[in-house]
Amino acid sequence: MAGGPIQAVREELTTRPGGDALWALLTRWLLIALSLAFLAALLFAPLATVFATALEHGVKLYLATFNDADTRSAVRLTLLTAAVVVPLNTLFGLAASWCIAKFEFKGKSFLITLIDLPLAVSPVISGMVYVLLFGLQGWFGHFLQEHDISIIFALPGIIIATMFVTFPYVARELIPLMQQLGNDEEEAAMTMGAGAWMTFFRVTLPKVRWGLIYGVILCNARAMGEFGAVSVVSGHIRGLTNTMPLHIEILYNEYNFTGAFAVASLLTLLAVLTLIIKTLVERTGYKRR
Amino acid sequence: MAFRQPSVLPGFGLTFGFTTFFLSAIVLIPLAALVLMAASMHWGEFVHVVLSPRALGSYRLSFGASVLAAGINLVFGFIIAWTLVRYEFPGRKLIDALIDMPFALPTAVSGIALTTVFAESGWIGRYLSLAGIHVAYTWIGVTVALTLIGMPFMVRTVQPALAEVQRDLEDAAETLGAGRLYVFRRIILPTVLPAMLTGFTLAFARAVGEYGSVIFIAGNLPMKTEITPLLIVIRLEEFDYRGAAALGVVMLVISFAVLLAINLLQTWGRRRLVATGR
Repeated sequence: MAGGPIQAVREELTTRPGGDALWALLTRWLLIALSLAFLAALLFAPLATVFATALEHGVKLYLATFNDADTRSAVRLTLLTAAVVVPLNTLFGLAASWCIAKFEFKGKSFLITLIDLPLAVSPVISGMVYVLLFGLQGWFGHFLQEHDISIIFALPGIIIATMFVTFPYVARELIPLMQQLGNDEEEAAMTMGAGAWMTFFRVTLPKVRWGLIYGVILCNARAMGEFGAVSVVSGHIRGLTNTMPLHIEILYNEYNFTGAFAVASLLTLLAVLTLIIKTLVERTGYKRR
Repeated sequence: MAFRQPSVLPGFGLTFGFTTFFLSAIVLIPLAALVLMAASMHWGEFVHVVLSPRALGSYRLSFGASVLAAGINLVFGFIIAWTLVRYEFPGRKLIDALIDMPFALPTAVSGIALTTVFAESGWIGRYLSLAGIHVAYTWIGVTVALTLIGMPFMVRTVQPALAEVQRDLEDAAETLGAGRLYVFRRIILPTVLPAMLTGFTLAFARAVGEYGSVIFIAGNLPMKTEITPLLIVIRLEEFDYRGAAALGVVMLVISFAVLLAINLLQTWGRRRLVATGR
């Protein structure tokens, strides 16, 4: 049918001098167009829709969402959770990377595998393990009820579930970095009489600072955005145990799209900020391993 | 041999103790509780829960959509990585930075945003529904969400491998008369294949457990559009802890199998590179 002219064009292209370059140009633009179309449908359109829907009924209604007491308490709870979880997991990351990168001991690679474990587990399971331990029908449920301690459907549950999910982020960044940078400077500092803490704060910390910042911002983004694990342990009590992602779900299910997407727009801005800091850190020459 | 080799550096006891304590308290003991809870069931009860028609339906969707999504990423992830490594075009750096967006974006946000875009009144769903394709609230929607979640894993694994392909080998092959497809098949593909397979398994592993971005776009109908993680949540809400734990153990076993596969693939890839002298 159309074989004639197409065949002719193909022959023309392959026989003409410079035909190869033309083919290369064609494939090049075709592949770029394919990539952009794929990303536009799956990534750019959803991102744009967050802001478009949030602002659909005007800026006033958008801002009104943040005057709502439940929304405010959700923002507060998310900030509080991150403020507890991120420092603790940073401390863990520093301890784990010091112990793994500075010393040779048996079972080291096994320990690294165990630290990575939470990344391989579904967020729902990450939340469930604590329900099984501390929930009403769980191992310690009876004991906790007798002593009037609530973990599940309360703040402690939200914090530990978030800790589980974000557990490896800082450690994963620091372990390979410290291993690569080696121990020479630290050993020199120690032999010249610096104390242990001085060596850590004056030698090691400056050496790994970019990797540390990288790990901390990723840990923070995940801590503030975690949905599955927190959803299982939170109990969804409005104004009490609702984090921002859970609040989005409630508003969305109530068909309050302006509200849901207004809260979502805050978290999207957080994600954008995270990516900006990440890009700036990479620009210093820091490379992920 | 001693447990650890001597070193002039201090702090082994402190950091090792803190690490193992924290790890046990937050991760290991809770996970053990899950396995114990499932182990406290009778074998028959366990099988009954794990092989119930509703559970089987959820595995079919969770694993089927995850394989499909990882497969889509195998193709498009490669094309995106290729475009970013080989071509220079306006906005390339911005696009490169945005690839990590699904990592940084909370899953609930991508969930409601994708649902809005692909719903019948949405920007894209509007045109697809004219063609008779319904994405939101069907298995197609689940696949779309899982594709977005898995995309950065594939791109970020393939990118460094593509950058390592030796351009002079390609040039040499072309000078010797090899066609572009031949060069692709015999030089480029063998170098990036291990990375592509690793990216596939990483994307798959992430997709199987994914919850937040899926539950909004899935219809959540039992047997049809209900993913396994959602079934676990439903069991927990019914206070059927043992049923939830049994399903959780099935998912854990599969995750570990996938993790093992990733490790084997990476070892294989490294050995291949050494064997070919790269």
